[in-house]
Amino acid sequence: MADALEALIRSVLPGDAPVRYGRNHRGHELRLAVTREGLLPLMLTLRDTPALDFALLMDICGVDWPDRPERFEVVYNLLSVTANQRVTVVVTTDGEQPVPTVAPLWPSATWYEREAWDMYGIVFAGQPDLRRLLTDYGFEGHPLRKDFPLTGFVEVRYDEVEKRVVREPVKLQQDFREFDFLSPWEAMTTLPGDEKVHLNRLADEAPGRIEAPKP
Amino acid sequence: MSITQAQPDRGDTETRVVEFDSGTHTVNFGPQHPAAHGVLRLILEMKGEVVERADPHIGLLHRGTEKLVEHKTYLQANPYFDRLDYVSPMCMEHSYAIAQERLLAIEDMVPERAKYIRTMFAEVTRILNHLLNITTYALDCGAITPALWGFEQREHLLEMYEMTGGSHYHVNYFRAGGVARDIPAELPGKLEAWMAQFPKFVDELEGLLTNNRIFKQRTVDIGVMTAEQAMAWGWSGPCLRASGVAWDLRKSQPYDMYAEMDFEVPVGRHGDCYDRYLVRIQEMRESLKIIRQCLDRMKPGPVKVPDNKITPPSRAAMKRSMESLIHHFKLYTEGYHVPEGATYAVTEAPKGEYGVYLVADGTNKPYRCKIRAPGYAHLQTMEALSKGHMLADAVAIIGSLDIVFGEIDR
Repeated sequence: MADALEALIRSVLPGDAPVRYGRNHRGHELRLAVTREGLLPLMLTLRDTPALDFALLMDICGVDWPDRPERFEVVYNLLSVTANQRVTVVVTTDGEQPVPTVAPLWPSATWYEREAWDMYGIVFAGQPDLRRLLTDYGFEGHPLRKDFPLTGFVEVRYDEVEKRVVREPVKLQQDFREFDFLSPWEAMTTLPGDEKVHLNRLADEAPGRIEAPKP
Repeated sequence: MSITQAQPDRGDTETRVVEFDSGTHTVNFGPQHPAAHGVLRLILEMKGEVVERADPHIGLLHRGTEKLVEHKTYLQANPYFDRLDYVSPMCMEHSYAIAQERLLAIEDMVPERAKYIRTMFAEVTRILNHLLNITTYALDCGAITPALWGFEQREHLLEMYEMTGGSHYHVNYFRAGGVARDIPAELPGKLEAWMAQFPKFVDELEGLLTNNRIFKQRTVDIGVMTAEQAMAWGWSGPCLRASGVAWDLRKSQPYDMYAEMDFEVPVGRHGDCYDRYLVRIQEMRESLKIIRQCLDRMKPGPVKVPDNKITPPSRAAMKRSMESLIHHFKLYTEGYHVPEGATYAVTEAPKGEYGVYLVADGTNKPYRCKIRAPGYAHLQTMEALSKGHMLADAVAIIGSLDIVFGEIDR
């Protein structure tokens, strides 16, 4: 199903469109990676081509990969009720580069973009209403970033003396305990002293992706 | 506008001119308003009694579910999903279970009985949800009796929940690879007995509301959404169907046993508050059909995948087998590893398309779990729906959208 959809999208997109075709869910879902500049033309094509007719934008979500050069992924999940198809469109960005808003195409995008801004600090260019949505009034930071601690930075309480709600730095009564039950044999794929053998084996399994160390 | 007030004659006659702005004024609706269905803070800009702008402020029930889930193993994350839409808990686990099964590549191995149980309880949950919505919606429109009647029916269904999952609401029952445990032997009989009386209840409920003059005056032609608008706003579920779009994930992208179920998809025509009510009433009757088919076709058998790397071994096995004991220990400390990948799994929750975008990085914890709540998209249209309507209509619109803050704020 994804292959037919990919062929259809390839046929309607111009040849030089900056789109990379991929798969999710072991090949069942089509995933289009696109540059920020190429996002709006791609979305317009997906929405307005009658054979595709992705009239519903179901979800926009951010994903944080701190180790990548452009750490944020913005994931759009589109649905076509006439073709009964779904497609995932992915754009990457860092904290500064804005992603063009898709709110003029789908009004439903506004809250999803506000949420992505709130949670990740992803900026959407052209979005007129980029206020915080889910966090508290006056909240600082972007809580779903991987470098934001689970406990947060500030806590609020009602101060009986000042007769108002005050914010103060989080005081933990006991240390935050993150249990890491990850078995070392599975988490650590390359064991100490075993690097060469292991990388050689990986290179055999996936030629081209991993370079075998020089003997 | 100016008002000239003639003061009572106190010797020196005085005429005072009081100036005030007759433009818009702002009403703070909620967050502690009985018709706000939870903690909705709605800033309404009113011109007289007509709504000019409506700005919903959400997040007052934000508990950071998505962040918490990233710090729990896949199994430990499951109970958080019950607490999203707390009036239809099992449906909230459904997408998450399916998303994990897809990434674990076990969706074809889920036993048939487990799929029947999940389908059946998804429909029980749909009735639970619609009962609550319809009755509180009627309450918002001034009818008290439906709520009193409906909650009795809900209580019976919640007893089925408790028999099966051990709790009224937060059952933690749908798991990756099946369900937590088999249904008790007496459940089908109790469900049959309940189903025998339920159609009469729906008739009585309809008798109270469907042709009720006051209810119709409050809902017909209020908050109209055309099919095109509804799709542009990302609507789904009964709200989208009330606008005339025959779209139901149970039919078009079937999961579990829905492909084999025989049921109708009720579709509205006008897209107003009244049609949204009618669609939900009909859906309850259709759900009953699905429960009936599940009960009839369900055969005894296993209820979870036999792979003890994903589902726990039985208690009896643990008493005898060292391997089972190790499996149990590993499963409840380390949990299971989900191979790297991403998927967007959707189910037709009572409120609409409930999606989980799950990103796995190969460890025992989700890397990212985005929850796509249907009510979120519906509430966003509050301004488009209520503009030009009276304040009391805004209440009817909120009721008709089926807003529950657990899933919207997450």
